[in-house]
Amino acid sequence: MTAYQGTADTDPNRVGNHGRSPDHSALTDHAGGGLTAKRVVATYGFWIFLLSDIIMFAAFFATYAVLVGETAGGPSGKDLFDLHNVALETGLLLVSSFACGIASIGAQRQNNTWFYGAMSVTFLLGAGFVALELREFIGLVAQGAGPTRSAFLSAFFTLVGCHGLHVTAGLLWLLTTMAQVFAKGYRPDILRRMLCFSLFWHALDIIWVGVFTVVYLMGAGQ
Amino acid sequence: MSAEQRIETAPGDEPPNEHETGGYEAGGSVTIYLVGLALAILLTGLSFFIAGTSLVWRPSIPVALTVLAIAQMGVHLVFFLHVTTGPDSVNNIMALAFGVLIVLLVIVGSLWIMSHLNHNMMPMDQIMRMQR
Repeated sequence: MTAYQGTADTDPNRVGNHGRSPDHSALTDHAGGGLTAKRVVATYGFWIFLLSDIIMFAAFFATYAVLVGETAGGPSGKDLFDLHNVALETGLLLVSSFACGIASIGAQRQNNTWFYGAMSVTFLLGAGFVALELREFIGLVAQGAGPTRSAFLSAFFTLVGCHGLHVTAGLLWLLTTMAQVFAKGYRPDILRRMLCFSLFWHALDIIWVGVFTVVYLMGAGQ
Repeated sequence: MSAEQRIETAPGDEPPNEHETGGYEAGGSVTIYLVGLALAILLTGLSFFIAGTSLVWRPSIPVALTVLAIAQMGVHLVFFLHVTTGPDSVNNIMALAFGVLIVLLVIVGSLWIMSHLNHNMMPMDQIMRMQR
């Protein structure tokens, strides 16, 4: 233990002082950390935000599941949902998530071709997803199945629309990240933002897995 | 290499032993994403297939879809978000576990309570008749 304490301060790869002595709490360790520790703390905070976001979606999922049968004599999911459209949306978002992973590798390796290329692909696929979803919403409203028709449709538009809003916000963030890398280069703080963005984008895909399963597949198979 | 020498990873970081040499090995990292993509496509395809098939017993379909969805969320967490069970990501795992607990409480609790309320409520037409 004592020998280890001697080397801990000189080891450039150490983050904080975890496990060095039992009287140091995790909090004080983080407060005394360097640049790498800041990265860990910042993304950990963002991780907490993502989890709270997922809890908010859980409330919308619960609302939807409770109200799914309350169609007020109007159309149900079976009448409305087009699974081909949903499969296409799912594919776009999944490949976009993969491209985002490639872009974060590109950012770590500071490779312009990989970073800008993969980010552009991520943006185009994400924009395609939003366009398909908007087209679906417009179609639903046009056939009289807007959010005011029944409790089921209110819950549907809230849940799916909230996910769509997240994706739209993510697209804006993606462009901002690209612009920041372009203007400021691969600085540590920019790379930290890129890491947070990729966490956000992957988390949106996880939520979409819940949406297409609970809303579309279970709804169409009733 | 005792547990004391571990390097804490941020959420989304790859496990430290993936790039212990200091440089990022392109092959390794991209392979993780490719495996994740392949598994996700497989599970998504299975979900869409099972939702439309008549090969399995109908009432089992929602259960199968739920299991597939949870499996796919796990694949995304491990291969895209790099959440592992290693000692280096204990903080992330604990936060995630708490989040999952709350999500389960909210969803299962709501469904449970609301279905009981539905069961115990008088049919609507009966209430209307009593109010006249």
